[in-house]
Amino acid sequence: MTTDVIMPQLGESITEGTIVNWFKKVGDWVEKDESLLLIATDKVDAEVPSPASGFLHELCYPENETVPIDTVIARLTQEKGAPRAAETAPAPGPAKAQPEPQEQRVLQAVGASRQAGSDSSVEELRRVRSSPLVRRMAAEHNVNLTNVSGTGITGRVTKKDFVSFLERRPEQVEATTPAARKSLDTGKYAYQPVASDRLEPFSPMRGQIADHMVISRDTSVHVTTVFEVDMTRVARLRSKHMQRYEESGVKLSYLPFILNAVNKGISQYPVINSAVVDRSIAYRKEVNLGMAVAVDWGLLVPVIRNADEKSLLGLARSVGELADRARTRKLSPDELQGGTFTVTNPGVFGSLFGTPIINQPQVAIMCVGTITKRPVVIEDDAIAVRHMMYLALSFDHRVIDGATADRFMKTVKDHLEQFPEELV
Amino acid sequence: MTTYLVKPGLLDYSEALELQERLVEARKVDRIDDVLLLLRHPNVITLGRANSRTFLKYSDQECAVAGYPVVEAGRGGEVTFHGPGQLISYPILKLGPEERDLHLHLRRLEQVSIEVCAEFGLDAHRVVGRTGVWLGSRKIAAIGVRARSWVTFHGMAFNLTDELEGFNWIVPCGIGDALVTSLEREVGRPVEWAELEESFEKHFQKVFRRDIVEIAQSELEVRL
Repeated sequence: MTTDVIMPQLGESITEGTIVNWFKKVGDWVEKDESLLLIATDKVDAEVPSPASGFLHELCYPENETVPIDTVIARLTQEKGAPRAAETAPAPGPAKAQPEPQEQRVLQAVGASRQAGSDSSVEELRRVRSSPLVRRMAAEHNVNLTNVSGTGITGRVTKKDFVSFLERRPEQVEATTPAARKSLDTGKYAYQPVASDRLEPFSPMRGQIADHMVISRDTSVHVTTVFEVDMTRVARLRSKHMQRYEESGVKLSYLPFILNAVNKGISQYPVINSAVVDRSIAYRKEVNLGMAVAVDWGLLVPVIRNADEKSLLGLARSVGELADRARTRKLSPDELQGGTFTVTNPGVFGSLFGTPIINQPQVAIMCVGTITKRPVVIEDDAIAVRHMMYLALSFDHRVIDGATADRFMKTVKDHLEQFPEELV
Repeated sequence: MTTYLVKPGLLDYSEALELQERLVEARKVDRIDDVLLLLRHPNVITLGRANSRTFLKYSDQECAVAGYPVVEAGRGGEVTFHGPGQLISYPILKLGPEERDLHLHLRRLEQVSIEVCAEFGLDAHRVVGRTGVWLGSRKIAAIGVRARSWVTFHGMAFNLTDELEGFNWIVPCGIGDALVTSLEREVGRPVEWAELEESFEKHFQKVFRRDIVEIAQSELEVRL
């Protein structure tokens, strides 16, 4: 006997709800009134209790799916039978009496139903068990669902997965030029995927990042130098003036101070802001500073144009605007081009320092580490608590000598440690 | 119906969450009656479920360093800020058969704040699609609710004083063009906590049709 779990009506005006997460998985025992899943509507989350006790037999919808009320969303059964996935696959092989784990039973059932050595897998089974809507869409678009990566429950392909797959497809077709399609695996050491792996094709952005990283590493001779900077003065200036910046609608982070110091360093060591053209160095007049912004779907490097002509307020404003536009996908293409030097800031994630790959055709990239309070020895051998930060610079050793890189970094460090208040 | 009113004073967000969890479990099996918690939180930024980190203007770490720790709230809605300038109300109510409409619950919470504002001479209103209570384009009360087997928890934050700097660290409720305001700012004079609480209790009883009896937290703990 099975009991249906129905999407409840949470209010008169509520016609649907989004399944946030299932607290139980297929095969689990559920008590009557125990919370089975969490659903969300505007401003309200509701845990849905189980209408009866029983084994969870089937979950009809994956997480993140929006479902109309009164729809059957799950089924409970009194017998601890095989989950439905196994039932639908023809399974002539002897059913093992071993009750756990469920996943293994499915695999055995499928394995028995097919030729040994075939590429059948749990993964494939899950995928083709995507909702009827998705299967219909797949048929209409002539797509084999096993080629689509699924984010739904047990890897099922949701409607959203399918739509984003379709959106990506044309670009993948265009990208058939040899350079773009170049295999990035390790040749004769390449990994051979097995059935239990989930193979996800590169998104266009992932492909661009991967190609760019390889090209950069093969082009520039990367060397990294690391400096330690006392940011206590900057921290003090920042909190002192933050309110005033806020009033102009600008948030004052540490980054504008660092960019200001980079401007000074570049003005004294212009080779840092150069590019290599054949066997020449092109010293670039414009200082266009790229700032790496981590976004949900990868990494973007919007560019602050003529950064050397901007005040600290102007830099702070640009940093805020570009980061906002990057995260909301509103950057225009020309805001992503023309950089002459890049600053990346993994410190926001807690990194002490990194050894970044140069953003071609530039010749250096600065890496900002996290700012933490540390005990340090100051003048007169006293120990004090100071705001400390590591700054790393990866530079192209073909055109920048170590001494030049270090002098540039010393200039940046000195400027930050004695940051002139009149600039704030 | 009797609702026990408990005022734990200034209570950490995580402690209040843990207390609510225990109250919900006890209320589910009728070990206790309905409870209304009225309290204040120390500065904290709370994330709703809906991918709300997008609405943090700074990193968790930067917020924490500035004195605004970021915590997961386990409620609907997006991101918000709580601080000691707000009256926080968490009604742990077992909704009766005729009350089982979670949007009705939201509208009732809004109604309480609207009536409170009216008592202070302010014409507060709802904005369709933007749960909360508004004075023009300024938000005075924020709402986020969760229910478990028709027992409600989480609730509403009503801004009394102008200690609202924490809102500068977030995009409140994910709405970019929204501003926040407070009762004191709107009425242009200091308002006593007792004055606001009294008004809140009065209108809560009326809107939710429940009689309030105040008991000590220790008295409630005995029954949990």
